[in-house]
Amino acid sequence: MREFGYERVHDVSGAVALLGADPDARYLGGGTNLVDLMKTGVERPARLIDVRDLPLDQIEATPDGGLRIGATVTNSDLAAHPDVRSRYPGLAQAVLAGASGQLRNMATVGGNLLQRTRCGYFTDTAKPCNKRVPGSGCPAIEGEHHNHAILGASEHCVATHPSDMGVALTAFDAVVHYETADGPGELPFAEFYLPVGDTPHLETALPPGALITGITLPPAPVAAHSRYRKVRERASYAFAIGSIAGALDVRDGVVHEVRLAFGAVASRPWRAHAAERALTGGPATGEAFAAAADAELAAAETLPHNGYKVTLMRNLVVAMLTELSEEAVR
Amino acid sequence: MAPAPSPTYSAITLNINGEKHTLPVDHRTTLLDALRERLDLTGTKKGCDQGQCGACTVLIDGRRAVSCLQLAVAAEGRVITTIEGVAEGEDLHPVQQAFLDLDGYQCGYCTPGQICSAIAVIEEHAAGWPSAATQDVRPEAGVQPLTAEEIRERMSGNLCRCGAYVSIVEAVAQAAEAAQPPSGGSGDGNGATEAEAAV
Repeated sequence: MREFGYERVHDVSGAVALLGADPDARYLGGGTNLVDLMKTGVERPARLIDVRDLPLDQIEATPDGGLRIGATVTNSDLAAHPDVRSRYPGLAQAVLAGASGQLRNMATVGGNLLQRTRCGYFTDTAKPCNKRVPGSGCPAIEGEHHNHAILGASEHCVATHPSDMGVALTAFDAVVHYETADGPGELPFAEFYLPVGDTPHLETALPPGALITGITLPPAPVAAHSRYRKVRERASYAFAIGSIAGALDVRDGVVHEVRLAFGAVASRPWRAHAAERALTGGPATGEAFAAAADAELAAAETLPHNGYKVTLMRNLVVAMLTELSEEAVR
Repeated sequence: MAPAPSPTYSAITLNINGEKHTLPVDHRTTLLDALRERLDLTGTKKGCDQGQCGACTVLIDGRRAVSCLQLAVAAEGRVITTIEGVAEGEDLHPVQQAFLDLDGYQCGYCTPGQICSAIAVIEEHAAGWPSAATQDVRPEAGVQPLTAEEIRERMSGNLCRCGAYVSIVEAVAQAAEAAQPPSGGSGDGNGATEAEAAV
């Protein structure tokens, strides 16, 4: 590991100023991803700016009926919060599906959004990787890619975003708030992650040096009827091979409103807009659910070893919507 | 503007098991390595050193955490409890006693992490935290009992390569049972719901 300086900051402007003065510095939240990547040499910061003591650890109701979640709120506190569990249960479930109790106590909301892919080529500095070393190539396309992307990838990178939390945040139209030396800014989740294209090393639309200060969840009555479901290669404590966040409002057998987002299938949490369009205003039937899944997955591009994800996601869409529609009737 | 030089080491004071230890550390030092290599607190074990096995679990400010991904310098000012600090003198912690009573281990290497984790699991459940095994996470659904399935999910961050899981689950269940406040007379046998109401 490279030697590094360490500063603990107590106010946001101080944090932003310190990072702005040192292009080799990184913000340190819970460290559950960054410290791991520093051990393997993937990340080599010259200085860490510890943001855990910033006054950003609150979850508050917004006047319009949404929630504002501070960037240093831990995953544990997010998932345990009564308003999150009551009004966005799919978000609580998504957070609880990720990592372990120990890691959820350490990890922060801001850090969750900025965590890096777990692609084995990205984390192995002996291998080429366009995300880690732009232009060096992507061995996953010809190599080990059974858990790689089927949507929105490119010939330059097929890595997936590992977040569970982000999948639910995508479904609920979260807005990311940040601070820079020039003042505050915000990005809707749909614009937060950049398309892969030929720049897989550029992951977010955050300006250089920006510090995530929090997330806003807009009011979404449909989210009270939401769930998260995750498929993985063991029963717990593993990254997804496919996951889904869903929310559904059915009135008189007709889909009034639906939210769907996929995890572990793309470089970012994937909002299933095509499926939502196909469903809205139509019947809440198994046939319609399957047709909506097909509408979304028509854009899928598979590699020799990850084609199963198309079937998996189709089945997850049908199972999720079936469960939610039965719940709505009850 | 050139960055101001920043030292790569610091003198820090760690509060561990109620005692303060002041030591100089290279910033690269994890809490795990500080405990084991600098302070001779070798009860905390190094397994994977990547946050994947839970052998190094300790309590930080009362919450379980993996000490291999916790930088020692970032742990300054926080209250750290290791396996050496969970007993009251000669009286074992109820979770330690339950692991002994029910053979919740084989080789014992993962056991300190399992016990620290289990202590926290019981507190998290009593505080009304749901888990991925909880059918209905909404607070209005109340706290669901700490079933074997709940224990397995909540303890899934602690691997045991001997495969002593069956006894570990029994030990956690026994300790959780013992930790429940004496029945308050509501007679519904659901003390957990009362714990939730108190949160």
